Amino acid sequence: MNQKSVTSMQRVLTTLGHREPDRVPFFLLATLHGAKEVGLPIKTYFSDPDNVVEGQMRLLAKYRHDCIYSFFYAPVEIAAFGGEVVFTDDGPPNSGEPVIKKTGDIKNLAVPDVKNTPCLEKVLTATQKLKSRVKDDVPIIGVVMSPFSLPVMQMGFDRYFDLMFEKPDLFTHLMQVNQAFCVEWANAQLAAGATAICYFDPVSSTTITTRQMYLKTGFAVAGQTLAKINGPTATHMASGRCLPIIEDIAATGTAAVGVSCHEDMALIKNACRGKLAVIGNLNGIEMCRWSSEDAEKHVKEVIAKAGAGGGCILSDNHGEIPFQVPDDVLMAISEAAHTWGRYPLNWTADK
Amino acid sequence: MTDNIVDAFTRALLDVDRLAAKQIVQNRGHDTAPVKFAEDVVLPALERIGAGWQSGTLALSQVYMAGRICEDLIDQILPPEDPDRKNQPKMAICILSDHHKLGKIMVYSLLRASGFDLADYGVMEVDDLVEQVQKDNIDILLISVLMLPSALKIKAVKQKLARLGCDVKLIVGGAPFRFDDQLWKTVGADAMCRDASDAVSVIENIMEGMA
Repeated sequence: MNQKSVTSMQRVLTTLGHREPDRVPFFLLATLHGAKEVGLPIKTYFSDPDNVVEGQMRLLAKYRHDCIYSFFYAPVEIAAFGGEVVFTDDGPPNSGEPVIKKTGDIKNLAVPDVKNTPCLEKVLTATQKLKSRVKDDVPIIGVVMSPFSLPVMQMGFDRYFDLMFEKPDLFTHLMQVNQAFCVEWANAQLAAGATAICYFDPVSSTTITTRQMYLKTGFAVAGQTLAKINGPTATHMASGRCLPIIEDIAATGTAAVGVSCHEDMALIKNACRGKLAVIGNLNGIEMCRWSSEDAEKHVKEVIAKAGAGGGCILSDNHGEIPFQVPDDVLMAISEAAHTWGRYPLNWTADK
Repeated sequence: MTDNIVDAFTRALLDVDRLAAKQIVQNRGHDTAPVKFAEDVVLPALERIGAGWQSGTLALSQVYMAGRICEDLIDQILPPEDPDRKNQPKMAICILSDHHKLGKIMVYSLLRASGFDLADYGVMEVDDLVEQVQKDNIDILLISVLMLPSALKIKAVKQKLARLGCDVKLIVGGAPFRFDDQLWKTVGADAMCRDASDAVSVIENIMEGMA
């Protein structure tokens, strides 16, 4: 493919089809850096969809990457359930006190009305406006938390594990509520202009859950949920490991998987070949102290291990770049992606 | 013989089989003191499980459930404030600035299951934490975080404690430290734990240095 004639959308679709486009697509999954670009505090930035539109467009122009990330922050879903969002000046908004304070609250948990929830409406408005700006040239990646992973923010990890292991009836009820919300929320984003949905599911990772438990829980939930989402999905493990469950993840019907920097991209790529595209796996935390040389080295490593044959999108391993990552590191990652990601990857033959 | 018991106890924990684990504790024999059982069986089992998590063969849910089962069992044979609990420096544990409690709960459970005792401060912000640590005359402070911004606040804790003349050893743990093995030094900690089962050996090393 001629690089000049290829849009980001074509590049991404080609790699998702397990073929080589003009270069390895690069997803800069940056949310907070948009606030930096427009010179606003994080809380102010997310208060108005126009700020997010401007921030995302500036990031796209500056770093020449291949997607728009319409994601605001994970606890936007907790706010929809009536929970608290805690803003800080130097990091992603965090969920506050759990909305499910005792397990009995699960029975009374109502599915939020997506179209009448102000915090979600802002995301949808931003998505619509971004779509009108990039049209079909750049994919817009919307985000949902998986019904299986959302309870970590709804009730805390510890009580969620207790529920999963010891109260299966309430667990099933919670999954039903979360699944109804997740499907409606994903489809609303697709209707607003998102090209695909990133289904964040770290609790399904083998870092958190055994495969045995996953097959009984997160796997079944993902299969049912993704089948009801009216568009393509990518499952993201948000830094969690997934090599032992790659076949299972593929069986849920997702098109791609976001993987951990704690896993070998070559092994992951082999397991995914022809079934799932791989997204990853630059270490976002370490990135805070990388030099330009470090950035180039790590980008080359991902491309060398996973780039051949398509089915690979260069990105971070968590699905969100920390606010502390300097702009010059992001620029070095972009430069390296453009330099070393060009197909054919002849230089990797020496490695 | 002890290896067999540790094997069986580990299996019971991984199967989340509370009854089997309890049976092993009850069968330990009257001449095995609770603290000795904690040291010889419970801690090695939890260390194996922690090592399995670090290497990617076991899941966090197994580490968590194992810790909770052990804490309950050890509390039955070695209640809080029991004089047989280990002679130790004054310790406290907290979550700094976020609401993700799992890491703290796991370390707290494991230390108590291993015969240690420590204060649980829950969720704290920097200034309140510094004040509490000074007031309680804490020797070793364990801080658990999930988010990177929370991890970076540990530097302020260290600086403020130093300004007050408090000689407190800081042990840190949580996701940001597992993704950047230099970060604990950057924030001024004295040590880091890669997982909950590291905590005992890290504390024992610090205790040796304090002796």
